[in-house]
Amino acid sequence: MTLNLRIFRNMLKQGIQSMWRNKSMGVASITSIAAVLMILGIVLVLILSINNVVNDTKLKFDEIEVFLEDEISSEQMSKIEDTAKDVPGVVSVIYRSKEQALELMKEDWGEDAYLLEDLETNPLPNSYIIKVEDIELADNLVNSIKTLDGVEEVKYYKDIIDKLLNFASYIRIGGMIIIAVLVFVSIFIISNTIKLTVTSRKREINIMKYVGATNSYIRGPFIIEGVFFGLVGAIISIAVVYFAYRYLYLNMNESFYNMFTFYLIPPESIISDISVIFLTLGAGIGAMGSMLSLKKFLNV
Amino acid sequence: MIRFVNVSKEYKNGVIALYDINIEINKGEFVFLVGSSGAGKSTLIKLLLKEEGITRGKLYLNGTDITRVPNRRIPFIRRQLGVVFQDFRLLPNKTVYENVAFAMEIIGASPRAIRRRVPTVLSMVDLSRKASSYPDQLSGGEQQRVSIARSIVNNPPVLIADEPTGNLDPDTANDIMKALVDINNRGTTVLMATHAKEIVNSMRKRVIALENGRIIRDEEKGGYDIES
Repeated sequence: MTLNLRIFRNMLKQGIQSMWRNKSMGVASITSIAAVLMILGIVLVLILSINNVVNDTKLKFDEIEVFLEDEISSEQMSKIEDTAKDVPGVVSVIYRSKEQALELMKEDWGEDAYLLEDLETNPLPNSYIIKVEDIELADNLVNSIKTLDGVEEVKYYKDIIDKLLNFASYIRIGGMIIIAVLVFVSIFIISNTIKLTVTSRKREINIMKYVGATNSYIRGPFIIEGVFFGLVGAIISIAVVYFAYRYLYLNMNESFYNMFTFYLIPPESIISDISVIFLTLGAGIGAMGSMLSLKKFLNV
Repeated sequence: MIRFVNVSKEYKNGVIALYDINIEINKGEFVFLVGSSGAGKSTLIKLLLKEEGITRGKLYLNGTDITRVPNRRIPFIRRQLGVVFQDFRLLPNKTVYENVAFAMEIIGASPRAIRRRVPTVLSMVDLSRKASSYPDQLSGGEQQRVSIARSIVNNPPVLIADEPTGNLDPDTANDIMKALVDINNRGTTVLMATHAKEIVNSMRKRVIALENGRIIRDEEKGGYDIES
Protein backbone atom coordinates (compact mmCIF):
# COMPACT_ATOMS: atom_id res chain seq x y z
CA MET A 1 0.00 0.00 0.00
CA THR A 2 2.66 2.48 1.02
CA LEU A 3 4.64 1.18 -1.93
CA ASN A 4 1.87 2.01 -4.38
CA LEU A 5 1.34 5.41 -2.80
CA ARG A 6 5.02 6.19 -3.11
CA ILE A 7 5.07 5.09 -6.73
CA PHE A 8 2.00 7.22 -7.40
CA ARG A 9 3.65 10.22 -5.78
CA ASN A 10 6.70 9.75 -7.99
CA MET A 11 4.48 9.63 -11.05
CA LEU A 12 2.67 12.78 -9.99
CA LYS A 13 5.95 14.57 -9.46
CA GLN A 14 7.25 13.55 -12.85
CA GLY A 15 3.99 14.43 -14.56
CA ILE A 16 3.99 17.93 -13.09
CA GLN A 17 7.66 18.41 -13.92
CA SER A 18 7.16 17.43 -17.51
CA MET A 19 4.13 19.70 -17.86
CA TRP A 20 6.15 22.60 -16.56
CA ARG A 21 8.95 21.85 -19.00
CA ASN A 22 6.56 21.71 -21.95
CA LYS A 23 4.39 24.69 -21.07
CA SER A 24 3.80 25.88 -24.61
CA MET A 25 2.72 22.46 -25.82
CA GLY A 26 0.48 22.26 -22.81
CA VAL A 27 -1.19 25.50 -23.77
CA ALA A 28 -1.76 24.11 -27.26
CA SER A 29 -3.36 20.92 -25.93
CA ILE A 30 -5.51 22.76 -23.45
CA THR A 31 -6.69 25.18 -26.11
CA SER A 32 -7.59 22.43 -28.52
CA ILE A 33 -9.48 20.45 -25.89
CA ALA A 34 -11.27 23.58 -24.74
CA ALA A 35 -12.22 24.46 -28.32
CA VAL A 36 -13.58 21.00 -29.00
CA LEU A 37 -15.52 21.00 -25.76
CA MET A 38 -17.00 24.42 -26.52
CA ILE A 39 -18.38 23.22 -29.83
CA LEU A 40 -19.60 20.19 -28.00
CA GLY A 41 -21.20 22.54 -25.49
CA ILE A 42 -23.24 24.20 -28.20
CA VAL A 43 -24.44 20.82 -29.41
CA LEU A 44 -25.19 19.76 -25.86
CA VAL A 45 -27.16 22.88 -25.06
CA LEU A 46 -29.16 22.26 -28.20
CA ILE A 47 -29.85 18.65 -27.26
CA LEU A 48 -30.73 19.55 -23.69
CA SER A 49 -33.08 22.29 -24.89
CA ILE A 50 -34.84 19.93 -27.24
CA ASN A 51 -35.13 17.32 -24.51
CA ASN A 52 -36.58 20.00 -22.31
CA VAL A 53 -39.10 20.98 -24.95
CA VAL A 54 -40.12 17.37 -25.49
CA ASN A 55 -40.55 16.69 -21.80
CA ASP A 56 -42.46 19.92 -21.33
CA THR A 57 -44.74 19.05 -24.18
CA LYS A 58 -45.34 15.59 -22.85
CA LEU A 59 -46.36 17.06 -19.51
CA LYS A 60 -48.60 19.66 -21.09
CA PHE A 61 -50.29 17.17 -23.32
CA ASP A 62 -50.86 14.30 -20.97
CA GLU A 63 -54.60 14.56 -21.34
CA ILE A 64 -57.04 12.85 -23.63
CA GLU A 65 -60.28 14.74 -24.02
CA VAL A 66 -63.29 12.58 -24.74
CA PHE A 67 -66.18 14.74 -25.92
CA LEU A 68 -69.63 13.27 -25.28
CA GLU A 69 -72.81 13.53 -27.29
CA ASP A 70 -75.49 15.63 -25.58
CA GLU A 71 -78.05 12.79 -25.54
CA ILE A 72 -75.76 10.23 -23.93
CA SER A 73 -77.28 7.80 -21.42
CA SER A 74 -75.83 7.24 -17.98
CA GLU A 75 -75.05 3.56 -18.83
CA GLN A 76 -73.05 4.68 -21.82
CA MET A 77 -71.23 7.18 -19.63
CA SER A 78 -70.28 4.66 -17.02
CA LYS A 79 -69.19 2.29 -19.80
CA ILE A 80 -66.73 4.93 -21.03
CA GLU A 81 -65.50 5.65 -17.55
CA ASP A 82 -64.96 1.96 -16.77
CA THR A 83 -63.17 1.29 -20.04
CA ALA A 84 -60.75 4.11 -19.40
CA LYS A 85 -60.12 3.19 -15.78
CA ASP A 86 -59.30 -0.42 -16.72
CA VAL A 87 -56.37 0.60 -18.86
CA PRO A 88 -52.96 0.56 -17.12
CA GLY A 89 -51.15 3.88 -17.25
CA VAL A 90 -54.32 5.91 -16.78
CA VAL A 91 -53.81 8.32 -13.91
CA SER A 92 -57.30 9.73 -13.54
CA VAL A 93 -60.64 9.97 -15.29
CA ILE A 94 -62.52 13.17 -14.49
CA TYR A 95 -65.94 14.17 -15.70
CA ARG A 96 -66.15 17.76 -16.89
CA SER A 97 -69.63 19.14 -17.46
CA LYS A 98 -70.26 21.75 -20.13
CA GLU A 99 -70.68 24.36 -17.40
CA GLN A 100 -67.27 23.58 -15.93
CA ALA A 101 -65.78 23.66 -19.40
CA LEU A 102 -67.16 27.13 -19.95
CA GLU A 103 -65.79 28.32 -16.61
CA LEU A 104 -62.35 27.04 -17.58
CA MET A 105 -62.59 28.77 -20.90
CA LYS A 106 -63.43 32.04 -19.19
CA GLU A 107 -60.44 31.67 -16.93
CA ASP A 108 -58.23 30.96 -19.89
CA TRP A 109 -59.43 33.95 -21.78
CA GLY A 110 -58.87 36.28 -18.84
CA GLU A 111 -59.57 39.86 -19.85
CA ASP A 112 -61.36 38.77 -22.97
CA ALA A 113 -63.81 36.60 -21.00
CA TYR A 114 -66.57 39.21 -21.29
CA LEU A 115 -67.01 38.05 -24.86
CA LEU A 116 -68.36 34.80 -23.49
CA GLU A 117 -70.96 36.50 -21.24
CA ASP A 118 -73.28 37.08 -24.18
CA LEU A 119 -73.62 33.44 -25.15
CA GLU A 120 -77.24 32.31 -24.97
CA THR A 121 -76.52 28.61 -24.91
CA ASN A 122 -73.38 26.86 -23.86
CA PRO A 123 -71.86 25.40 -27.05
CA LEU A 124 -69.32 23.25 -25.25
CA PRO A 125 -69.91 19.52 -24.84
CA ASN A 126 -69.68 17.45 -21.68
CA SER A 127 -66.41 15.59 -21.57
CA TYR A 128 -64.18 13.16 -19.76
CA ILE A 129 -60.63 14.26 -19.15
CA ILE A 130 -58.38 11.20 -19.02
CA LYS A 131 -54.93 11.85 -17.68
CA VAL A 132 -52.29 9.31 -18.71
CA GLU A 133 -48.72 8.69 -17.64
CA ASP A 134 -47.32 8.68 -21.14
CA ILE A 135 -49.18 10.13 -24.05
CA GLU A 136 -47.18 8.00 -26.48
CA LEU A 137 -48.79 4.85 -25.13
CA ALA A 138 -52.33 6.19 -25.45
CA ASP A 139 -53.14 4.88 -28.96
CA ASN A 140 -54.93 1.71 -27.85
CA LEU A 141 -56.97 3.52 -25.27
CA VAL A 142 -58.04 6.14 -27.77
CA ASN A 143 -59.02 3.54 -30.35
CA SER A 144 -61.17 1.55 -27.96
CA ILE A 145 -62.93 4.62 -26.60
CA LYS A 146 -63.60 6.06 -30.03
CA THR A 147 -65.85 3.12 -30.94
CA LEU A 148 -68.03 3.36 -27.83
CA ASP A 149 -71.57 4.71 -28.11
CA GLY A 150 -72.13 8.27 -27.00
CA VAL A 151 -68.61 9.45 -27.82
CA GLU A 152 -68.61 12.31 -30.24
CA GLU A 153 -64.89 12.91 -30.58
CA VAL A 154 -61.60 12.02 -28.91
CA LYS A 155 -58.90 14.61 -28.95
CA TYR A 156 -55.28 14.20 -28.01
CA TYR A 157 -51.96 15.58 -29.20
CA LYS A 158 -50.15 12.45 -30.23
CA ASP A 159 -49.18 13.76 -33.64
CA ILE A 160 -47.55 16.90 -32.27
CA ILE A 161 -45.59 14.86 -29.80
CA ASP A 162 -44.64 12.39 -32.50
CA LYS A 163 -43.30 15.10 -34.74
CA LEU A 164 -41.42 16.62 -31.90
CA LEU A 165 -39.93 13.30 -30.86
CA ASN A 166 -38.86 12.64 -34.39
CA PHE A 167 -37.22 16.01 -34.60
CA ALA A 168 -35.54 15.50 -31.26
CA SER A 169 -34.13 12.15 -32.26
CA TYR A 170 -32.65 13.60 -35.44
CA ILE A 171 -31.00 16.34 -33.43
CA ARG A 172 -29.77 13.80 -30.93
CA ILE A 173 -28.31 11.48 -33.57
CA GLY A 174 -26.74 14.39 -35.43
CA GLY A 175 -25.35 15.71 -32.18
CA MET A 176 -23.91 12.33 -31.25
CA ILE A 177 -22.16 12.06 -34.60
CA ILE A 178 -20.69 15.54 -34.27
CA ILE A 179 -19.59 14.80 -30.73
CA ALA A 180 -18.03 11.48 -31.72
CA VAL A 181 -16.07 13.12 -34.53
CA LEU A 182 -14.93 15.94 -32.26
CA VAL A 183 -13.86 13.59 -29.51
CA PHE A 184 -11.90 11.57 -32.03
CA VAL A 185 -10.23 14.69 -33.38
CA SER A 186 -9.28 15.93 -29.95
CA ILE A 187 -7.85 12.57 -28.90
CA PHE A 188 -5.72 12.79 -32.01
CA ILE A 189 -4.58 16.33 -31.17
CA ILE A 190 -3.76 15.44 -27.58
CA SER A 191 -1.93 12.30 -28.56
CA ASN A 192 0.21 14.28 -30.97
CA THR A 193 1.00 16.87 -28.36
CA ILE A 194 1.98 14.30 -25.82
CA LYS A 195 3.94 12.41 -28.46
CA LEU A 196 6.25 15.43 -28.55
CA THR A 197 6.82 15.18 -24.82
CA VAL A 198 7.29 11.46 -25.15
CA THR A 199 9.82 11.84 -27.95
CA SER A 200 11.78 14.34 -25.93
CA ARG A 201 11.81 11.85 -23.09
CA LYS A 202 12.48 8.80 -25.22
CA ARG A 203 15.89 8.32 -23.70
CA GLU A 204 14.52 8.50 -20.21
CA ILE A 205 11.79 6.00 -21.04
CA ASN A 206 14.36 3.66 -22.53
CA ILE A 207 16.50 3.83 -19.39
CA MET A 208 13.47 3.34 -17.19
CA LYS A 209 12.67 0.16 -19.06
CA TYR A 210 16.15 -1.26 -18.58
CA VAL A 211 16.11 -0.49 -14.91
CA GLY A 212 12.88 -2.48 -14.64
CA ALA A 213 10.14 0.12 -14.56
CA THR A 214 6.74 -1.37 -15.29
CA ASN A 215 4.79 -0.03 -18.25
CA SER A 216 2.20 1.47 -15.95
CA TYR A 217 4.93 3.30 -14.06
CA ILE A 218 6.23 4.77 -17.30
CA ARG A 219 2.75 5.56 -18.55
CA GLY A 220 1.64 7.12 -15.27
CA PRO A 221 3.20 10.60 -15.57
CA PHE A 222 2.06 10.97 -19.17
CA ILE A 223 -1.48 9.97 -18.33
CA ILE A 224 -1.48 12.38 -15.41
CA GLU A 225 -0.27 15.05 -17.83
CA GLY A 226 -2.97 14.22 -20.39
CA VAL A 227 -5.73 14.09 -17.80
CA PHE A 228 -4.57 17.40 -16.38
CA PHE A 229 -4.67 19.03 -19.83
CA GLY A 230 -8.12 17.57 -20.35
CA LEU A 231 -9.44 18.83 -17.03
CA VAL A 232 -8.06 22.34 -17.48
CA GLY A 233 -9.51 22.45 -21.00
CA ALA A 234 -12.83 21.25 -19.59
CA ILE A 235 -12.90 23.89 -16.87
CA ILE A 236 -12.19 26.67 -19.37
CA SER A 237 -14.91 25.48 -21.72
CA ILE A 238 -17.40 24.99 -18.89
CA ALA A 239 -16.87 28.61 -17.91
CA VAL A 240 -17.14 29.86 -21.49
CA VAL A 241 -20.23 27.81 -22.33
CA TYR A 242 -21.94 28.67 -19.06
CA PHE A 243 -21.40 32.41 -19.25
CA ALA A 244 -22.13 32.62 -22.95
CA TYR A 245 -25.33 30.68 -22.50
CA ARG A 246 -26.31 32.72 -19.47
CA TYR A 247 -25.86 35.89 -21.49
CA LEU A 248 -28.02 34.43 -24.24
CA TYR A 249 -30.60 33.30 -21.71
CA LEU A 250 -30.84 36.65 -19.92
CA ASN A 251 -31.13 38.61 -23.14
CA MET A 252 -33.08 36.32 -25.41
CA ASN A 253 -35.38 34.22 -23.29
CA GLU A 254 -38.45 36.43 -23.73
CA SER A 255 -38.09 36.79 -27.46
CA PHE A 256 -37.42 33.09 -27.78
CA TYR A 257 -40.64 32.38 -25.92
CA ASN A 258 -42.56 34.72 -28.18
CA MET A 259 -41.25 32.95 -31.24
CA PHE A 260 -41.47 29.32 -30.21
CA THR A 261 -43.72 29.41 -27.12
CA PHE A 262 -41.05 27.62 -25.10
CA TYR A 263 -38.67 28.94 -22.56
CA LEU A 264 -34.96 28.17 -22.73
CA ILE A 265 -33.58 25.96 -19.98
CA PRO A 266 -32.24 28.12 -17.18
CA PRO A 267 -28.39 28.05 -17.21
CA GLU A 268 -28.30 26.95 -13.58
CA SER A 269 -29.96 23.69 -14.46
CA ILE A 270 -27.48 22.77 -17.20
CA ILE A 271 -24.31 23.74 -15.37
CA SER A 272 -24.10 20.48 -13.42
CA ASP A 273 -24.80 18.30 -16.48
CA ILE A 274 -22.30 20.22 -18.57
CA SER A 275 -19.68 20.09 -15.83
CA VAL A 276 -19.96 16.34 -15.35
CA ILE A 277 -19.93 15.63 -19.08
CA PHE A 278 -17.06 18.02 -19.85
CA LEU A 279 -14.83 16.94 -16.97
CA THR A 280 -15.37 13.26 -17.78
CA LEU A 281 -14.80 13.77 -21.48
CA GLY A 282 -11.81 16.05 -20.94
CA ALA A 283 -10.12 13.61 -18.60
CA GLY A 284 -11.01 10.70 -20.88
CA ILE A 285 -9.70 12.44 -23.98
CA GLY A 286 -6.49 13.30 -22.16
CA ALA A 287 -5.94 9.78 -20.88
CA MET A 288 -6.74 8.19 -24.24
CA GLY A 289 -4.46 10.63 -26.03
CA SER A 290 -1.49 9.83 -23.78
CA MET A 291 -2.01 6.11 -24.05
CA LEU A 292 -2.13 6.31 -27.82
CA SER A 293 1.03 8.37 -27.99
CA LEU A 294 2.90 5.94 -25.75
CA LYS A 295 1.86 2.73 -27.42
CA LYS A 296 4.76 2.69 -29.84
CA PHE A 297 7.38 3.48 -27.22
CA LEU A 298 6.49 0.77 -24.78
CA ASN A 299 7.06 -2.14 -27.13
CA VAL A 300 10.69 -2.85 -26.31
CA MET B 1 22.28 -18.52 -12.42
CA ILE B 2 22.00 -18.13 -16.21
CA ARG B 3 21.37 -21.14 -18.42
CA PHE B 4 20.93 -21.23 -22.21
CA VAL B 5 19.73 -24.63 -23.46
CA ASN B 6 19.90 -25.19 -27.23
CA VAL B 7 18.92 -21.59 -27.83
CA SER B 8 18.52 -20.35 -31.39
CA LYS B 9 17.48 -16.93 -32.52
CA GLU B 10 16.23 -16.20 -35.97
CA TYR B 11 15.16 -12.63 -36.72
CA LYS B 12 12.03 -11.94 -38.71
CA ASN B 13 14.09 -11.03 -41.77
CA GLY B 14 15.53 -14.55 -41.79
CA VAL B 15 18.93 -13.74 -40.31
CA ILE B 16 20.02 -16.45 -37.89
CA ALA B 17 21.86 -14.60 -35.13
CA LEU B 18 22.37 -17.45 -32.69
CA TYR B 19 22.56 -21.11 -33.40
CA ASP B 20 22.12 -23.85 -30.79
CA ILE B 21 23.71 -22.00 -27.88
CA ASN B 22 24.38 -23.90 -24.63
CA ILE B 23 25.79 -21.88 -21.76
CA GLU B 24 25.67 -22.38 -18.03
CA ILE B 25 26.90 -19.56 -15.83
CA ASN B 26 27.00 -20.16 -12.10
CA LYS B 27 26.45 -17.76 -9.26
CA GLY B 28 29.44 -15.53 -8.63
CA GLU B 29 31.19 -16.21 -11.93
CA PHE B 30 32.87 -13.54 -14.04
CA VAL B 31 32.40 -14.31 -17.72
CA PHE B 32 33.68 -12.56 -20.84
CA LEU B 33 31.65 -12.83 -23.99
CA VAL B 34 33.95 -12.18 -26.94
CA GLY B 35 33.65 -12.19 -30.69
CA SER B 36 33.74 -9.83 -33.62
CA SER B 37 30.84 -7.51 -34.44
CA GLY B 38 27.88 -9.49 -35.70
CA ALA B 39 29.00 -12.65 -33.94
CA GLY B 40 25.86 -12.64 -31.80
CA LYS B 41 27.00 -11.05 -28.53
CA SER B 42 24.40 -8.31 -28.59
CA THR B 43 21.64 -10.71 -29.54
CA LEU B 44 22.56 -12.99 -26.67
CA ILE B 45 22.30 -10.06 -24.24
CA LYS B 46 19.04 -8.93 -25.80
CA LEU B 47 17.60 -12.40 -25.21
CA LEU B 48 18.58 -12.20 -21.55
CA LEU B 49 17.03 -8.75 -21.18
CA LYS B 50 13.87 -10.00 -22.92
CA GLU B 51 14.25 -7.35 -25.60
CA GLU B 52 13.99 -10.10 -28.19
CA GLY B 53 12.05 -13.35 -28.11
CA ILE B 54 13.68 -16.74 -28.39
CA THR B 55 13.06 -18.78 -31.54
CA ARG B 56 14.03 -22.21 -30.18
CA GLY B 57 15.44 -23.58 -26.95
CA LYS B 58 15.09 -22.65 -23.30
CA LEU B 59 16.46 -19.85 -21.16
CA TYR B 60 16.66 -19.94 -17.37
CA LEU B 61 17.49 -17.10 -15.00
CA ASN B 62 18.03 -17.87 -11.33
CA GLY B 63 16.26 -21.21 -11.75
CA THR B 64 13.20 -19.71 -13.43
CA ASP B 65 12.24 -20.48 -17.00
CA ILE B 66 12.15 -17.10 -18.78
CA THR B 67 11.95 -18.48 -22.30
CA ARG B 68 8.49 -17.05 -22.78
CA VAL B 69 7.03 -14.62 -20.30
CA PRO B 70 4.10 -12.26 -20.56
CA ASN B 71 5.05 -8.64 -21.15
CA ARG B 72 3.96 -7.50 -17.74
CA ARG B 73 6.52 -9.79 -16.11
CA ILE B 74 9.47 -8.46 -18.11
CA PRO B 75 10.17 -5.49 -15.79
CA PHE B 76 10.51 -7.88 -12.87
CA ILE B 77 13.01 -10.01 -14.78
CA ARG B 78 15.01 -6.89 -15.61
CA ARG B 79 15.16 -5.97 -11.95
CA GLN B 80 17.30 -9.07 -11.43
CA LEU B 81 19.74 -7.88 -14.06
CA GLY B 82 21.84 -4.77 -13.66
CA VAL B 83 22.81 -3.42 -17.08
CA VAL B 84 25.75 -1.25 -18.12
CA PHE B 85 25.99 0.06 -21.68
CA GLN B 86 28.79 1.33 -23.84
CA ASP B 87 27.12 4.75 -24.09
CA PHE B 88 26.40 5.04 -20.33
CA ARG B 89 22.75 6.08 -20.83
CA LEU B 90 22.57 8.59 -18.00
CA LEU B 91 19.85 11.21 -17.68
CA PRO B 92 21.49 14.55 -18.51
CA ASN B 93 19.11 16.65 -16.40
CA LYS B 94 19.68 14.68 -13.22
CA THR B 95 22.69 14.77 -10.92
CA VAL B 96 24.87 11.72 -10.28
CA TYR B 97 22.98 11.11 -7.05
CA GLU B 98 19.60 11.50 -8.75
CA ASN B 99 20.57 9.21 -11.62
CA VAL B 100 21.36 6.45 -9.17
CA ALA B 101 18.39 7.17 -6.90
CA PHE B 102 16.12 7.11 -9.96
CA ALA B 103 16.64 3.35 -10.32
CA MET B 104 15.45 2.88 -6.75
CA GLU B 105 12.47 5.23 -7.09
CA ILE B 106 11.24 3.22 -10.04
CA ILE B 107 10.86 0.08 -8.00
CA GLY B 108 9.23 2.05 -5.17
CA ALA B 109 12.04 2.04 -2.60
CA SER B 110 11.43 4.17 0.50
CA PRO B 111 13.18 7.56 0.69
CA ARG B 112 15.01 6.30 3.75
CA ALA B 113 16.35 3.26 1.93
CA ILE B 114 17.38 5.51 -0.97
CA ARG B 115 19.20 7.95 1.33
CA ARG B 116 21.05 5.06 2.92
CA ARG B 117 21.86 3.01 -0.17
CA VAL B 118 22.85 5.59 -2.82
CA PRO B 119 25.88 7.04 -0.95
CA THR B 120 27.11 3.51 -0.22
CA VAL B 121 26.99 2.56 -3.89
CA LEU B 122 28.60 5.83 -4.96
CA SER B 123 31.50 5.24 -2.59
CA MET B 124 31.88 1.70 -3.98
CA VAL B 125 32.62 3.21 -7.41
CA ASP B 126 34.62 6.03 -5.82
CA LEU B 127 32.28 8.85 -6.83
CA SER B 128 31.16 10.20 -3.46
CA ARG B 129 32.65 13.59 -4.18
CA LYS B 130 30.79 13.91 -7.49
CA ALA B 131 27.33 13.16 -6.14
CA SER B 132 25.92 16.56 -7.03
CA SER B 133 27.60 16.89 -10.45
CA TYR B 134 25.70 16.53 -13.70
CA PRO B 135 26.77 13.87 -16.24
CA ASP B 136 28.21 16.41 -18.69
CA GLN B 137 30.56 17.65 -15.97
CA LEU B 138 32.11 14.19 -15.66
CA SER B 139 34.74 12.32 -17.65
CA GLY B 140 33.74 9.23 -19.64
CA GLY B 141 35.15 6.91 -17.00
CA GLU B 142 33.26 8.71 -14.27
CA GLN B 143 30.04 8.56 -16.26
CA GLN B 144 30.49 4.85 -16.75
CA ARG B 145 31.02 4.39 -13.03
CA VAL B 146 27.77 6.26 -12.38
CA SER B 147 26.02 3.86 -14.70
CA ILE B 148 27.65 0.93 -12.86
CA ALA B 149 26.45 2.37 -9.57
CA ARG B 150 22.97 2.66 -10.99
CA SER B 151 23.05 -0.91 -12.27
CA ILE B 152 23.91 -2.40 -8.88
CA VAL B 153 21.96 -0.07 -6.60
CA ASN B 154 19.05 -2.50 -6.41
CA ASN B 155 21.34 -5.42 -5.65
CA PRO B 156 20.67 -7.51 -8.74
CA PRO B 157 22.18 -11.03 -8.65
CA VAL B 158 23.51 -10.57 -12.20
CA LEU B 159 25.32 -7.65 -13.81
CA ILE B 160 25.39 -7.48 -17.61
CA ALA B 161 27.94 -5.15 -19.18
CA ASP B 162 27.74 -4.57 -22.92
CA GLU B 163 31.09 -3.19 -24.10
CA PRO B 164 31.46 -1.09 -20.94
CA THR B 165 34.96 0.04 -21.87
CA GLY B 166 34.24 0.57 -25.56
CA ASN B 167 34.29 4.38 -25.35
CA LEU B 168 37.13 4.72 -22.86
CA ASP B 169 40.90 4.98 -22.97
CA PRO B 170 42.89 2.02 -21.56
CA ASP B 171 43.66 3.59 -18.17
CA THR B 172 40.06 4.50 -17.56
CA ALA B 173 39.04 1.10 -18.83
CA ASN B 174 41.19 -0.45 -16.11
CA ASP B 175 39.35 1.56 -13.46
CA ILE B 176 36.07 0.28 -14.81
CA MET B 177 37.35 -3.28 -14.74
CA LYS B 178 38.46 -2.82 -11.14
CA ALA B 179 34.98 -1.67 -10.25
CA LEU B 180 33.43 -4.66 -12.01
CA VAL B 181 35.78 -7.13 -10.34
CA ASP B 182 34.96 -5.50 -7.01
CA ILE B 183 31.29 -6.05 -7.62
CA ASN B 184 31.99 -9.62 -8.68
CA ASN B 185 33.93 -10.23 -5.47
CA ARG B 186 30.88 -9.19 -3.49
CA GLY B 187 29.00 -12.11 -5.02
CA THR B 188 27.37 -10.61 -8.11
CA THR B 189 27.56 -12.69 -11.26
CA VAL B 190 29.06 -10.60 -14.08
CA LEU B 191 28.62 -11.18 -17.79
CA MET B 192 30.63 -8.78 -19.94
CA ALA B 193 30.56 -8.57 -23.70
CA THR B 194 33.71 -6.98 -25.05
CA HIS B 195 36.19 -6.42 -27.84
CA ALA B 196 39.02 -5.43 -25.55
CA LYS B 197 41.69 -8.06 -26.10
CA GLU B 198 44.15 -6.74 -23.51
CA ILE B 199 41.56 -6.69 -20.76
CA VAL B 200 40.42 -10.23 -21.45
CA ASN B 201 43.96 -11.54 -21.68
CA SER B 202 45.09 -9.84 -18.47
CA MET B 203 42.11 -10.92 -16.37
CA ARG B 204 42.28 -14.69 -16.90
CA LYS B 205 38.56 -15.25 -16.40
CA ARG B 206 36.15 -17.55 -18.15
CA VAL B 207 35.83 -16.67 -21.84
CA ILE B 208 32.99 -17.61 -24.15
CA ALA B 209 33.80 -16.87 -27.79
CA LEU B 210 31.09 -16.49 -30.41
CA GLU B 211 31.48 -16.62 -34.15
CA ASN B 212 28.66 -16.44 -36.67
CA GLY B 213 26.12 -17.20 -33.99
CA ARG B 214 27.86 -20.30 -32.64
CA ILE B 215 29.98 -20.87 -29.57
CA ILE B 216 33.45 -21.71 -30.81
CA ARG B 217 35.15 -21.75 -27.43
CA ASP B 218 34.22 -21.77 -23.75
CA GLU B 219 37.14 -22.05 -21.37
CA GLU B 220 38.06 -21.22 -17.80
CA LYS B 221 40.88 -18.72 -17.34
CA GLY B 222 40.91 -18.14 -21.08
CA GLY B 223 42.35 -15.47 -23.35
CA TYR B 224 40.80 -13.49 -26.18
CA ASP B 225 42.23 -15.70 -28.92
CA ILE B 226 42.86 -19.40 -29.02
CA GLU B 227 46.18 -19.90 -27.33
CA SER B 228 48.78 -21.35 -29.60
